[in-house]
Amino acid sequence: MFRLKSIILDHLKHTAGTEARMLPDPDKVLIPMSMHIGTPCEPVVKKGDHVLAGQKIGDSEAKMSVPVHASISGTVTDIKDYRLLNGKTCKAVEISSDGKHKTADCSPPEITDKASFLKAVRESGACGLGGAGFPVHIKLDLKKETDTLIINAAECEPYITSDYRQMVEKPDEVLGGIRLVMKYTGIAGTVIAIETNKPDVIEDFEKLTADIPEINVLKLPSVYPQGAEKVLVYSCTGRIVGEGEIPADQKVIVMNVSTVAFLYRYCCTGIPLISRRITVEGTAVKNPLNIFAPVGTMVKELLEFTGTDINDVRKLVAGGPMMGSCLMTADTPVVKTSNSFIADREYTEPVTTSCIRCGRCVRACSMNLMPLMIEKAFINRNTSELKRLRAGLCMNCGACTYVCPANRRLAETNQLAKELIR
Amino acid sequence: MNKLIVSPSPHLNSEITTAKIMSLVLAALSPAMVAAVVFFGARAAALIAVCTASSVVCEYFCRRIMKREQTINDLSAAVTGVILALNLPVTVPYWMAGLGSFIAVVIVKQLFGGIGRNFANPAVTARIVLMVSFTGYMTDWAVPQYWQAEGTSCFGALYHTADIITGPTPLVSGNASLTSLFLGNTGGCIGETSAAALLAGGIYLMVKKVITPAVPAAYLGTVALLTLISGGNVPHSLMSGGLFLGAFFMATDYTTSPVTEKGKIIFGAGCGIITFVIRKYGSYPEGVSFSILLMNILTPYIDRISENIPFGSRSEKKEV
Repeated sequence: MFRLKSIILDHLKHTAGTEARMLPDPDKVLIPMSMHIGTPCEPVVKKGDHVLAGQKIGDSEAKMSVPVHASISGTVTDIKDYRLLNGKTCKAVEISSDGKHKTADCSPPEITDKASFLKAVRESGACGLGGAGFPVHIKLDLKKETDTLIINAAECEPYITSDYRQMVEKPDEVLGGIRLVMKYTGIAGTVIAIETNKPDVIEDFEKLTADIPEINVLKLPSVYPQGAEKVLVYSCTGRIVGEGEIPADQKVIVMNVSTVAFLYRYCCTGIPLISRRITVEGTAVKNPLNIFAPVGTMVKELLEFTGTDINDVRKLVAGGPMMGSCLMTADTPVVKTSNSFIADREYTEPVTTSCIRCGRCVRACSMNLMPLMIEKAFINRNTSELKRLRAGLCMNCGACTYVCPANRRLAETNQLAKELIR
Repeated sequence: MNKLIVSPSPHLNSEITTAKIMSLVLAALSPAMVAAVVFFGARAAALIAVCTASSVVCEYFCRRIMKREQTINDLSAAVTGVILALNLPVTVPYWMAGLGSFIAVVIVKQLFGGIGRNFANPAVTARIVLMVSFTGYMTDWAVPQYWQAEGTSCFGALYHTADIITGPTPLVSGNASLTSLFLGNTGGCIGETSAAALLAGGIYLMVKKVITPAVPAAYLGTVALLTLISGGNVPHSLMSGGLFLGAFFMATDYTTSPVTEKGKIIFGAGCGIITFVIRKYGSYPEGVSFSILLMNILTPYIDRISENIPFGSRSEKKEV
């Protein structure tokens, strides 16, 4: 067992026990043209066009890009600029529902070899559903010999259970997706990495894979950040994805469990990525739930669906409580990478005091960095020291800030330090 | 709809705060405080009270005069006061205890910027200043439960200490039984005699994850090893003098010891070597305070050589 330094968090997986509910089609969706890492798409529809669910509404010539599809049927009522969570702007297509929920003529893609598989993957609009949004057809276009596919089912952030519900509700999709990827990329072995706080799915998948020697289930301790890519690769294989490397350099690729499940769904139905499972949680949420919602749905509607009074919400986070980003308004659309929204009733910013050099941040950092020294070097704007301390390796997991007794915002400082030395 | 709060991730925080850590340290010191009162009477309690109160008052006025945010609530001044008191013989005058607190909090801690900024351990430095300034007072070791020999009550010495029966510390005489050393029934500073109470507190700190075993293990291990090699009595050398108090409560001070485990081991071993050398060859009977102070000064350099190697980092070409 390979293990990096980590911290222990409360799991808070209150939504684990309930099946995901289907959100009725919203009246209106707003679909951003950039929901993945890479070049944003250009809209291929114009105002006034009638579109069907699953119809392509945005595409790009660039290789590092995936198309965008309409998630409901209706009329394009607007194409406007939209500011993404990272501050960049892209176009977004607003569709008003016709209430008919008509799906475009989707037929399963014809897949015969690797090239047609990758083409189908691109056409599906697939990007990493764990949160990063990396285009899947790029990841699967292996340039080097790769021996292991790691399925990331760690779901190490508190609250989120959307991957877990995928495994409970549709385990066949997960296995089907793994088989497809293995078949068309030629990867010989797969490890499904699941944290021990999900004993039921570990048992299920052990049974399901008992006769499949090339697919193995690996139990991982429920620690944070177990699901971070470099940490996961090390935990599963003992291989170190070095500075500036990607997992493929260590003959491994990592895919989120919901992503492979989607690939299987797409290859069976031909319906592209237009909806997903989302955990809605938090102290302001009346009935925490997993919701199957169309991409482009406003977060406000998810909250209303859970019976939440929108006026109770003081803080709204997209993603997990450790790495998620705050939303400025509940009128923010669900995107392909949305795995959870956390709406909290109250929030008091903890008071920051002096660093007492207790070393908790140093003992928490999976990347073996020295957050307190990075902070000091950043305050002095000492870029050579920041480079020497490898501030660039920080993956913003937030463990250092979490454990700090002086409540210093170390993870935030690390991000600023990374920008400074970029 | 409300205006939403926007803040950087993470959106969760652990419960731990500086004040909580300090209150755990105070809890860990309580067995030693109880032992101090059991063996050295009401005057020991009074000394602890004087040191703690004067430390907190000094911190309060320092922060006010310097126009900085108030920090007495983080309890670090109280911890400094208690540790300083435990480092004093029961016979020292109260004004001297107060002076010690002033040196610790004002000169060693606040003049360098307050908690987290001082380079030397406040209590250790204050003890050393008192030691070299008032050597007579500071090496006058009372006999435990002296009031029994006098036939008075333990409150007898609250105002005048001239009559307290004193004797040599077992570090010098070397004649105390191991049981007495373990329980604390020997001469010495009020808080350093009971190895049992200090060990209990030290284990509590480790269980509560306030400290890691690195410093105490390296410190005690080094002293034990060197004593063994030199043919000394290992349990005697570990349990006499201020070694346990130093190893568990003073050398482990966050601010003045290295942050990485590797660094802590170097630090603890250095403390052990210096303590052993002073005890064996120096003109002072005890070397714990000096060893910790000397290693405090080396801490920035130890930090430098004991940095963690980042995960998967490439060796770097020297930048010109």
